[in-house]
Amino acid sequence: MSALRDPRLVAVGERLREVRAVVPFLSSKGGVGKTLVSVATALALRKRGARVGLLDLDVTNPTVHVVLGIRPGSVAPREEYGVVPPEVSGVRVMSSVFYTLGRPSPLRGESISSAIRELLSITRWGPLDVLVVDTPPGMSDELLELLTYIRRFSSFLVTTPSRLSLESTARLAELVAGRVIGVVLNMAWEVPEEAVRLADRLSAPLYVIPYDSSVEVSLGNPEKLAETRFAKAVDAYVAEHVLKLLSAAQT
Amino acid sequence: MVEVHEWALAEAVVLSLSQYLREVGWGRASRVIVSLGELQAVDREVFEFALKELANLYGVEVGSFELVEEEASFECRSCGFRWRLRDLDLPDEVRESIHFLPEAAYAYIRCPRCGSADFVLVSGRGVKLEGVEP
Repeated sequence: MSALRDPRLVAVGERLREVRAVVPFLSSKGGVGKTLVSVATALALRKRGARVGLLDLDVTNPTVHVVLGIRPGSVAPREEYGVVPPEVSGVRVMSSVFYTLGRPSPLRGESISSAIRELLSITRWGPLDVLVVDTPPGMSDELLELLTYIRRFSSFLVTTPSRLSLESTARLAELVAGRVIGVVLNMAWEVPEEAVRLADRLSAPLYVIPYDSSVEVSLGNPEKLAETRFAKAVDAYVAEHVLKLLSAAQT
Repeated sequence: MVEVHEWALAEAVVLSLSQYLREVGWGRASRVIVSLGELQAVDREVFEFALKELANLYGVEVGSFELVEEEASFECRSCGFRWRLRDLDLPDEVRESIHFLPEAAYAYIRCPRCGSADFVLVSGRGVKLEGVEP
């Protein structure tokens, strides 16, 4: 006899029905720039005419809104047969911060999973070309929710040239192998052999994004961020790659 | 009146029920029991209406939906204190946030005895499909 499942898990598929590609940015180490690369990719894709959603999957410590300059409480999802994400710089954004208003939200594993399921099952993205997903570091609940319940995704692994990050990313790569469309070497002060080998092993391109100190002062200002050397590299490599894949999928 | 978020919650139940009936090979359910956790503060009338509408829309044959309310209660992991949602005096805007995302409770609620943020939501979180009868 089949067991009764969490109804939200069935609804997740329905909510993502009109989303052509789910593109998470993954890294098992913190501080490698996943959030910045995610947001810059979403903004670049939008600028190139794609319909884009951006989900902050970090339900305990969301920061996508900081990059976009959203003050918690200033915008909120609209209630309409679920919730419709607000549009910021043309991108539909969903984050737990709309409900926690930036307060500390300490959650244990089961509650993290539950919060993610709730957000995914009530959010009406509408038709999207790409849903960019910024993920928290680690190989824990957030990643498992993605792996188990959003089976069709194509991810980028994000790392820095640090051996600590590369080793950790190589471990993550084993878990998501077959679902990686690129490796982003961020804040690249050099291009280590390990990074090249990792990308080769995954049969994925390696995109080298230089360190850019002007990014920090552009936080909270999407227009200013788009003008940085960092964002231009993300646009030229990462966003371009996503659009090519979408275009290939269409033909 | 049903353009509210309850619609999405009801849709999840109906889609899940539909999948379950297919899996077990039943053509219909005579009785479906759904529990409503107090924390999520679902509008019962709207939710029930949405359930019936959606069951028709998706062609899921159900004799009756039975909605059971579940009290929300917490237990502190730090000092062991137990309390109920109804013991708390939460502002409307906080209740509204928790309505959409019940885990937002962890941003607003602390143990009334020791102030710890590390507590368990023992019961009454949200919508659950509790039982289906052929």
